[in-house]
Amino acid sequence: MMNLLKNRMMNLLKNLIGWIDARFPLISTWKEHASEYYAPKNFNFWYFFGSLALLVLVIQIASGIFLTMNYKPDALFAFASVEYIMRDVQWGWLLRYIHSTGASMFFVVIYLHMFRGLMYGSYRKPRELLWIIGMIIYLALMGEAFMGYLLPWGQMSFWGAQVIVNLFSSVPFIGHDLAILIRGDFVVSDTTLNRFFALHVIAIPLILVLIVVAHLVALHEVGSNNPDGIEIKKHKDANGRPLDGIPFHPYYTVKDGVGAVGFLIIFCAIVFFAPDMGGYFLEYNNFVPANPMKTPEHIAPVWYFTPYYAILRAVPPLFGSQFPGVVAMGVATVIFFFLPWLDRGKVKSIRYRGPIYKIFLALFVVSFVGLGWLGLMPATPTYTLISRILAVVYFAFFLLMPWYTRIDKCKPEPDRVTSK
Amino acid sequence: MTDNVNLSKRRLLIAATTAAGGVAAAGAGTPFVLSLMPSERAKAAGAPVEVDVSAIQPGMMIGIEWQGKPVWIVRRTQEMLDLLARHDDKLVDPKSTVPQQPEYCNNPYRSIKPEYLVVLGVCTHLGCSPTYRPEVAPADLGADWPGGWFCPCHGSRFDLAARVYKGVPAPSNMIVPPHKYLSEGRLLIGDDSKEAA
Repeated sequence: MMNLLKNRMMNLLKNLIGWIDARFPLISTWKEHASEYYAPKNFNFWYFFGSLALLVLVIQIASGIFLTMNYKPDALFAFASVEYIMRDVQWGWLLRYIHSTGASMFFVVIYLHMFRGLMYGSYRKPRELLWIIGMIIYLALMGEAFMGYLLPWGQMSFWGAQVIVNLFSSVPFIGHDLAILIRGDFVVSDTTLNRFFALHVIAIPLILVLIVVAHLVALHEVGSNNPDGIEIKKHKDANGRPLDGIPFHPYYTVKDGVGAVGFLIIFCAIVFFAPDMGGYFLEYNNFVPANPMKTPEHIAPVWYFTPYYAILRAVPPLFGSQFPGVVAMGVATVIFFFLPWLDRGKVKSIRYRGPIYKIFLALFVVSFVGLGWLGLMPATPTYTLISRILAVVYFAFFLLMPWYTRIDKCKPEPDRVTSK
Repeated sequence: MTDNVNLSKRRLLIAATTAAGGVAAAGAGTPFVLSLMPSERAKAAGAPVEVDVSAIQPGMMIGIEWQGKPVWIVRRTQEMLDLLARHDDKLVDPKSTVPQQPEYCNNPYRSIKPEYLVVLGVCTHLGCSPTYRPEVAPADLGADWPGGWFCPCHGSRFDLAARVYKGVPAPSNMIVPPHKYLSEGRLLIGDDSKEAA
């Protein structure tokens, strides 16, 4: 009797899937992107961060939707509505801390994901477009984070937006009108808050999701790179499957599942025990309502913007304009786009690079972290000097790359992937 | 079939349709872009503000709001005014050659009456509101600090005529807004025309 019922159910399910599959590419999509997507078998720790970025995106969208149900995008009520969420809405504090922690953790994960790309040359041919799409995601994410930060309408929200919007007003000729167009007013005001809300909750998330899909489609078209930086498609078996590849599902869905569990343990520890992270994830001045008449004693952006902020401050005004500093900051972010063409190395992975690349990459990490720290500090003459030195190191990593990657003494790449 | 197609005519029609469609798209997009510009209400919020300056104690500063921005009025003492002439070599634009003030304030004090300085409290770097530091030679600003403003955002320094120092991020002196005296102690900020009262 039970067996008969079971058979009936299985048949019904099979028929349903068959019915859908005749009308929608269900099975073939699953095969192409999961059960028959062959990824290199030697992925290591650094390959967790792509799937973790996807996980954080889902966390942010889910927690964000619930926050909008109680948040009010109005300069008179915004600050109070956030406090209302924190104190009166049932579990509202949890939703908000998940969202604010998610914002910082998004950048932690993305920076590590990008660093993985630098180490293993994942931006090199044929993955240039994959890298560019990823960089667009990164820029969209910065816009998303910046606009979201205005919404609590605290002192840091207000003055941070004031400073960043004024960056645009330093653009020659059109700057003044451009800043007015962004703010929708002559000062950061209710209008600005309202439109940043619209962009933060619908426009940019929509674009983000679309380009994340494009990122995955591009990845599955060219195939994943790996820690050895060699192509697994060079060696295929009789069925045309890469000898060094394993199906993404179940192998990497299980591996990434473990990564997700580990990540969520850290995530929850932050949410429950240190949601403001000593003022780095949620700045103390942002617990004071926005006051357009008074700038706080010390303002600094949230940590994930500080490397660029330090570069902005390091450049002195030239020809009576602060535009050069703004340009330097813009170039510091956009220069990543050109990596695929700046790198002339014979090998992709750091495992087979020579000492010169390793030294330059190490210096780059020092400059990025150092600038990030300096961006949080007040601008004293000593700190400004250090910022200038580190900014030069930062740009040297990119601008000298065509030279030092070419003269570097590389080790021979293996023919097949290795596991360490 | 394809033999009878007039390809050049087809190309012309495609070009004409694309051009017409482009014009229509630009036209349809215009209201969306214009809706992002300041509304009529935002434009109307820039009305001039009247303020009584006679109650300000010597050496003190008051801040008022005009067009959503802070405007500062400092009642400078004679000592403060005397110190202004002694550090021209350290300033970017000591003679106020850049038109950051109305013509009637283009003088060493950057004001109508030397005693009262009226200035837009917005740093010319990135729009922060600098902190008023009138004390002479405080520990954190150095022994040669004659009093002025320090911007906490990026370290720009201004003297008590709101003139910017060399070697700081701000490129120019702070802006003196249009203003006029309605009577001895009554000041109108935001309008300096003869008709204003």
